[in-house]
Amino acid sequence: MISTKNLKKSFGDNEVLKDISLDVKPQEVVVVIGPSGSGKSTFIRCLNLLESVTGGHVYVTGKDLTDKKTNINDIRKDVGMVFQHFNLFPHKTILDNVTLAPVHVKGMKRAEAEEKALALLKKVGLADKAKAYPDSLSGGQKQRVAIARALAMEPKVMLFDEPTSALDPEMVGEVLEVMKQLAKDGMTMIVVTHEMGFAREVGDRVIFMDNGYIVEENEPVELFSNPQHERTKAFLSKVL
Amino acid sequence: MKGGCPLQALASGQSFLSQKGENKLNFRPDIIAEYMPFFLQGTLLTLGLSLAGILIGLILGLLIGLGKMSTNKLVKLPFVWYVNFFRGTPLLVQILLIHFGLVPLFMSPSNPIVSAIIALSLNASAYIAEIFRAGIQSIDKGQMEAARSLGMSHVQAMKLVILPQAVKRMIPPLGNEFIVLLKDSSLAAIIAAPELMYWGRAAQGEYIRVWEPYITVAIIYLILTLSLTYLMNYIERRMNTQ
Repeated sequence: MISTKNLKKSFGDNEVLKDISLDVKPQEVVVVIGPSGSGKSTFIRCLNLLESVTGGHVYVTGKDLTDKKTNINDIRKDVGMVFQHFNLFPHKTILDNVTLAPVHVKGMKRAEAEEKALALLKKVGLADKAKAYPDSLSGGQKQRVAIARALAMEPKVMLFDEPTSALDPEMVGEVLEVMKQLAKDGMTMIVVTHEMGFAREVGDRVIFMDNGYIVEENEPVELFSNPQHERTKAFLSKVL
Repeated sequence: MKGGCPLQALASGQSFLSQKGENKLNFRPDIIAEYMPFFLQGTLLTLGLSLAGILIGLILGLLIGLGKMSTNKLVKLPFVWYVNFFRGTPLLVQILLIHFGLVPLFMSPSNPIVSAIIALSLNASAYIAEIFRAGIQSIDKGQMEAARSLGMSHVQAMKLVILPQAVKRMIPPLGNEFIVLLKDSSLAAIIAAPELMYWGRAAQGEYIRVWEPYITVAIIYLILTLSLTYLMNYIERRMNTQ
C-alpha cells in the first residue's frame, strides 16, 4: 500500500532520515514511536511529499513519488493527513472545511459533498457543529473535524502526525476513540504518537525510530514487553 | 489688492493674523470663492490620479509581490530591485525622471497627467508588493500543508485557502497606502498636472497669499483622506463579520 526504500532526507548538512525502508500492507496500522528529534515527523511527512526526499524511494499504491513524472496531487487524494496543530481553515465553516477538497479537487457536486460531509461529521460526533467556525471548537473537536476533512477525500491510507500532542489531556481520549474506530473499519494507518496505550491496543506493528534509523520493529505486545535493543529499552523505560 | 504691496506682505511673514487692515483678520474669502471651481476641478483630478494609482498599483503590486516570493533567485532579483528602487528613492525624483526622461521617449510633448499616473502607480506598486508578500507570508504554513495534503494544487491552495485569509490582513496596511498615495499625488503639481495642489499654488502665485489657498487645499485633502479612512474601516468591519 505504502512503502519506502532506503529513504534519506537532509536539511542542509543535517541528515534527519538516514536509511528508512518500510512496507505497510493494506489495512495495517503502523505506529511510529521514538524520542523527539528521531525523525518520525519528517518520515511521515515524506510519505506524501510534504517534505522533499533527498534519496531513496517512496511508493504509494505502487507509484514512485520520487519519479518526476508522478503527479503528486493525484497521489495526495489517496493519502489523508492529520496534523498536530489541526490546520483547519479558519475562514470556512466546519462543513466547508470538509467539503472544500471534494468539491474543488474531485469536482464533486456541492449537495453530494455536503451530504457525505454531514455523514462523516456524524461519525466523529460533530454533526451539530456543521455551521460553526473552527475558532469556536475545542482542540479535541478540531482534531476530529480534521480527521473528517481528510476522510472526505476517501483516502486509501491515513497519516497521523502526533494527532494528540497539542491537546489537553482530557481531550486525547475522544480523538483516539475516533482513530480506533477508523482502524476497526479497516483503514490503513500510519500514526506517529506518544500514546503508548493506543500503540499497544490498536497497532498491528510498532516501529521504534532513533537518530534517523528504524532501530526496532515488532508487534506491540512483543516490542513493549521484550525490547531487543538498548536504545528501545532506554526509551520505553522513560515513557511507560 | 488689499493689505498693501504683496512683496511687503511676503517680507513681513504674510500672516493675516498679524496684519491690521480694514478688516481685523484680513482674511480674504473672495480668493477661495474665486478659485473654488478650480479647486473642485483639481480635486476631481486628484481623485482620478489616486484611483488610477491604486488600481494599477494593486495589479502591478500583486505581480511584483508574487515575483518577489519566487524561490528562484534569478527570477526574484529584478523584483527585489524594483522594490528597492521605488521605495528607496524620493517620489519627487521619480516623477521628474518619468516626466522629463521616460515619457518623452513615447510621447511629445509629454502629458503631465500620464506621467503622474505612471509615477504614482509604479511607486505605489512597490509598497503594495510588500503588503501582499507580508500578508501571504503571515499565514501559518500549516494552512498550505493542509490544503496540499488534500490534493489541491499550489494555485488552488492559494486561491481557496491562503489568499482569503491574507486579504483580511492586508486591508489595514492597504488603507494606509491609499491615504499616502492620495496625499503624494500632490507632488504632481511640480510637473503642472492640474490637480488640487496645482491650483493651490496657482492661487498663491496670483495673489501672493499663503493662508487662503493652502488652508483650503489642506481641508479638501483632509476631507478626502478622512472619507477614505471611514471607507477602509467599513470594509475592515464587513470582512471581520463575514
